[in-house]
Amino acid sequence: MSSKPDLRTTLGPLELKNPVMTASGTFGYGSEYKSIMDPGLLGAIIVKGLSLKPMAGNPPPRIVETPGGMLNAIGLANIGIEEFLKTKLPWLRNLDTHVIVNIYGHSINEYSELAGVLKGVDGVSAVEVNISCPNVDEGGLVFGKNPEISGQVTEAVIRNTDKPVIVKLTPNVTDITVLAKAVERAGATCLSLINTLTGMAIDIDTRLPKLANITGGLSGPAIRPVAIHMVYQAAQAVKIPVIGIGGIMNYRDAIEFMIAGASAVQVGTANFINPRTSLDIIQDIEKYCLENGIDKITDIIGSMKSYR
Amino acid sequence: MFDQTLKIIFNEKITSDTFLLGLRSPEIAAESMPGQFAMIRIDNTIDPLLRRPFSICGIRDKETILILYRVLGKGTSILSQKQEGELMSVMGPLGNGFKLPDKDDKAILIAGGMGVAPLFFLAWKLKSSSIEFMTGFKTSDEIIRPDRLNDLSINFSITTDDGSSDYKGFVTDLLEEYIACHRESSDSLRVYSCGPTSMLKKTAAITAKNNIPCQVSLETHMACGLGACQGCAVKISGSESLSPYRHVCQDGPVFSSCDIDWNSL
Repeated sequence: MSSKPDLRTTLGPLELKNPVMTASGTFGYGSEYKSIMDPGLLGAIIVKGLSLKPMAGNPPPRIVETPGGMLNAIGLANIGIEEFLKTKLPWLRNLDTHVIVNIYGHSINEYSELAGVLKGVDGVSAVEVNISCPNVDEGGLVFGKNPEISGQVTEAVIRNTDKPVIVKLTPNVTDITVLAKAVERAGATCLSLINTLTGMAIDIDTRLPKLANITGGLSGPAIRPVAIHMVYQAAQAVKIPVIGIGGIMNYRDAIEFMIAGASAVQVGTANFINPRTSLDIIQDIEKYCLENGIDKITDIIGSMKSYR
Repeated sequence: MFDQTLKIIFNEKITSDTFLLGLRSPEIAAESMPGQFAMIRIDNTIDPLLRRPFSICGIRDKETILILYRVLGKGTSILSQKQEGELMSVMGPLGNGFKLPDKDDKAILIAGGMGVAPLFFLAWKLKSSSIEFMTGFKTSDEIIRPDRLNDLSINFSITTDDGSSDYKGFVTDLLEEYIACHRESSDSLRVYSCGPTSMLKKTAAITAKNNIPCQVSLETHMACGLGACQGCAVKISGSESLSPYRHVCQDGPVFSSCDIDWNSL
């Protein structure tokens, strides 16, 4: 007798109805996609990164496609946290899913202030702290590459919030486990990784960089093996849950991250190609569980086998 | 806006490197306005990975959307191999489209190269013999005439950069000439333009100098086409508003030419 597999997973105190979320910056504020798919079916929506004040972002060109991926240097263009709360959250909070707000600050104080603005706000289930954006001058990568500052940012956010705190890590480091441990020590609820890999591309006819920012963040299937490795390393180094991100295009990719140690996953670049990717993945994970006799999706987390 | 899997009705060669693609979708056909575009997934592979934006260049028999494209890179090269009956994932119509002229206005359409695509749709929609359609191509081999796509009887003039056909020079020369000859009625002129950046800049300068309203359709790289990724930013002139950028996919692709910061392009 086969019953419906249990797709629920937990991120500390946060229970998701399934392990599939949309990654920050790839799903806008959710409403952009409402005519194509029901975002309420997702495990969670992680909204476009928000700062205290609106940010204009980088000059164009901001994106370019590369083999199996894309480089972006959007520069965290966003409407600012206040505008988000006023105009975007009212629609989002009525969805039957968790809304996770991704925050970005130019200083530790700003991260702390952002956490404060979200304190007690109904309809925001958790905060994801972006200390890993490669496309901004301050904060971003400068913070995310340094374990001490990463820990300080994490602590500052935790002190000022009543919500679970997810810290999003950059892959642009020598040893991901050092950062993972520093953020865990600081009290993070869980980790999400990886953000984009720094990269660049040049037009050989004009000899101009293909992005006005010169460098950008590489995403898409091209980065998946790197992401799988780092999720595997981080999951072994810490006890808190890890969220896997990096080039997920289908359920097989999502399952691969979970076997490597991820408790949940985020779908990013694939949303641009097919906005229904995440929903397809949820359905297909259920099928995979049925076909493989898996009662609970959590049973596959960190279940990689060895050759001997 | 629809997200559909569409059947290819035809994919025929128009010139040595341009093709006309017909995709069956009565729904998209019914909603599409000139200037709008579609995001097409070329193939089910990861290279090319992203969808590609294409102007909708017309509607045939109320149920087929027409896409005119030039083979430029890997994506369009694969697209040109597609056969009748194959299926493609298409999102559309997207973007804002042109504001149509009033009854007493005189529409002047200025196109360069593949910039003819959205303007063919506009010309066909206006169906008026009182529009002027001026096009510029590099050379005679690249000329695409409107009757190749749809029945259309309009004033259609052609320039070639190398003089291999018709008028030798740039399409903007014709625009300047036309304005000079119609000074008395310049209040009713409305310019619509699409093409290479250099041509758009020239068109913007000419129309600004003569106080003629001008709408331009811009082209950029895009990832999502829906306003979510913010990858298709374009800088606007003046910056009283919070952000100096607009998004070609959602705020455009059609802009009033005086709103664009042409120095940034």
